[in-house]
Amino acid sequence: MPDDNLSLTAKREAAVTALADVPREPGAKKPDPILVADDVKRHFGGLLAVDVDHVEVQRGSITALIGPNGAGKTTFFNLLTGFDRPNSGSWTFNGRSLHGTPPFKVARAGMVRTFQLTKALSKLTVIENMRLGATQQKGESFWRAMLPFTWRSQEDAITQRAEELLARFKLDTKRDDFAGSLSGGQRKLLEMARALMVEPELVMLDEPMAGVNPALTQSLLEHVSNLREQGMTVLFVEHDMDMVRDIADWVVVMGQGKILAEGPPETVMSDPRVVDAYLGAHHDQSLAELEEQLETGTLAEEVAAELGQEPAETVAVERTGETKDGR
Amino acid sequence: MDWGNILELSLRELIGVQAIVFALAAIGINVQFGYTGLLNFGQAAFAAVGGYGIAVIVTTYDMSFWLGLVVGIVGAIVLALLLGIPTLRLRADYLAIVTIAASEIVRLVGRSAWGRDVFGGSDGITGFSNAFYDLNPFTEPFEFGPFQFRERVLWVLVVGWVLVAVCTLVVWLLMRSPWGRVLKGIREDEDAVRSLGKNVYAYKMQSLVLGGVIGALAGMVYSLFQGAMQPDVYATNFTFFAYAILILGGAATVFGPVLGAAIVWFAFQFIDLALRGAIQQEYIPSWLMDANDTGAVRFMLTGIVLVLLLVFRPQGILGDRREIALDAR
Ligand SMILES: Nc1ncnc2c1ncn2[C@@H]1O[C@H](COP(=O)(O)OP(=O)(O)OP(=O)(O)O)[C@@H](O)[C@H]1O
Ligand SMILES: [Mg+2]
Repeated sequence: MPDDNLSLTAKREAAVTALADVPREPGAKKPDPILVADDVKRHFGGLLAVDVDHVEVQRGSITALIGPNGAGKTTFFNLLTGFDRPNSGSWTFNGRSLHGTPPFKVARAGMVRTFQLTKALSKLTVIENMRLGATQQKGESFWRAMLPFTWRSQEDAITQRAEELLARFKLDTKRDDFAGSLSGGQRKLLEMARALMVEPELVMLDEPMAGVNPALTQSLLEHVSNLREQGMTVLFVEHDMDMVRDIADWVVVMGQGKILAEGPPETVMSDPRVVDAYLGAHHDQSLAELEEQLETGTLAEEVAAELGQEPAETVAVERTGETKDGR
Repeated sequence: MDWGNILELSLRELIGVQAIVFALAAIGINVQFGYTGLLNFGQAAFAAVGGYGIAVIVTTYDMSFWLGLVVGIVGAIVLALLLGIPTLRLRADYLAIVTIAASEIVRLVGRSAWGRDVFGGSDGITGFSNAFYDLNPFTEPFEFGPFQFRERVLWVLVVGWVLVAVCTLVVWLLMRSPWGRVLKGIREDEDAVRSLGKNVYAYKMQSLVLGGVIGALAGMVYSLFQGAMQPDVYATNFTFFAYAILILGGAATVFGPVLGAAIVWFAFQFIDLALRGAIQQEYIPSWLMDANDTGAVRFMLTGIVLVLLLVFRPQGILGDRREIALDAR
């Protein structure tokens, strides 16, 4: 994939520099974390879907969260954004605890997520979808809604911002179409653009590339790295390793609910297991096999060994053992 | 058969009090179900609370008519909060179950023997509408072509249609505002709306309250027109009739409920009179049906029309076909 237009910009350089001295181990402390999670656990019956000891997301960086199917990535997103309740744990966003905060307040605090299964509002037009994203709208209060002159000028400003974003996401020709008439990939774009209408500080994207055609992938990559240029922090889940390698400053690997490894893309992805599973070096190796290896703890061992982090190794292996017993 | 007479009587129903009452009930449901996706199956309870508000305050407690109006509306707000607080955080079906139960509870409490002193039992309450008719500015019957309206009816019709117009205007204003946009978003996918920082619970509550208050107005108009508040008018079929009207006219359209109500009451009267005429003239043999059957047959025909409508025009008369097409995707 051509890398030219994603060349090292000042912001990327800053993010990479900031992360340079961070140890490549699960739960590593970051110099300026925007999001810090501790001991977050979520059980589904006997299954421990999320069991995150400690994880931090560096402000102004693009962090990728990767891991096999069922690793708990989406569940972790749901917990952080208030869509699901953890059995235990705490996390802070910008130093403010968000534990037990309902989703709409999480979004207002500046942490906005998209969904793995896209949620376009079908019977609203594309532009109405976009307008809905804007916060602090005067016309959203019941009494003022009936007095258009109180919100008209704000609405115009919102519409203008929405149109600019639509143009950036190449959806301007679809402006007045129902969102339900868009293709799957276009809905992904719309959902992302709509999330940006909230003007978030942290954007959490759950598989933004899934179902988007390769021609669009490149422009989507640009959109995502542009977010960092505009000062936002991005945390995204992705199975497409090209995307992870191209734009992520930092990669967090999740498996069986735990953070297994962390590091810059090159480091994490030079791990043969990750390479095999995600880049398809061996197309015959299925994710099921990878999960098997995860269960036996070999991946954790290997990752840790690869990174030369003795303590992390023992911890990771121990925890993997626990889950197996718990099941 | 006197077609002129049949048409005239049917046209009276087109703008009649029944049409007003069900237009109001359906406008309320339109806010809740059409725009927000809330399944309120207890619109009859809201109408009953509105009717009882005036009747109980004026007749039972001998207080002012205006206080009765306020009590009816506040009662509807309280009922909406009672029904909404426990259920609106849950899946949509819970509201449906709770409202249908509440609707029967209100009616059964109203007609219960132990509540007779306050609610008048199954006979209901009368004698509360004088203050309303004292306000009547019309002193003589109104004639318009073949139509003649007595002053009492005329007063109810004027007040009723003004209410319908005001409610329609409010819905129109709200649904083209950002507030209405949030409601429509909730109808499509409330999690998406949550993720954009909107307090979905509060919006659903506002929608439930607004629709309930409009439902209470329906009950007020009807009991003032009848001069009596009878609990059995507000059985569950009241609610389902209002739903049928809404779906016929077109859910999530501003004029759908009004058009639906007018058409249904026109058609009801027209079918009824036409059948009676046909039986009288022995166009329809008496072994097939007699005049006492017309009431049941018109419901059957209404049912057939609704089924045909859902097959050939599922979006209702005023709805947008493209929206229905999206559901198939
Ligand atoms: N609501 C639920 N009830 C029961 N189990 C659940 C629920 N949600 C998730 N799980 C389980 O939790 C585990 C983690 O699921 P999750 O959706 O978080 O995975 P993921 O990492 O996002 O996977 P993918 O890459 O396939 O999207 C899975 O084993 C899943 O079966
Ligand atoms: Mg997922």
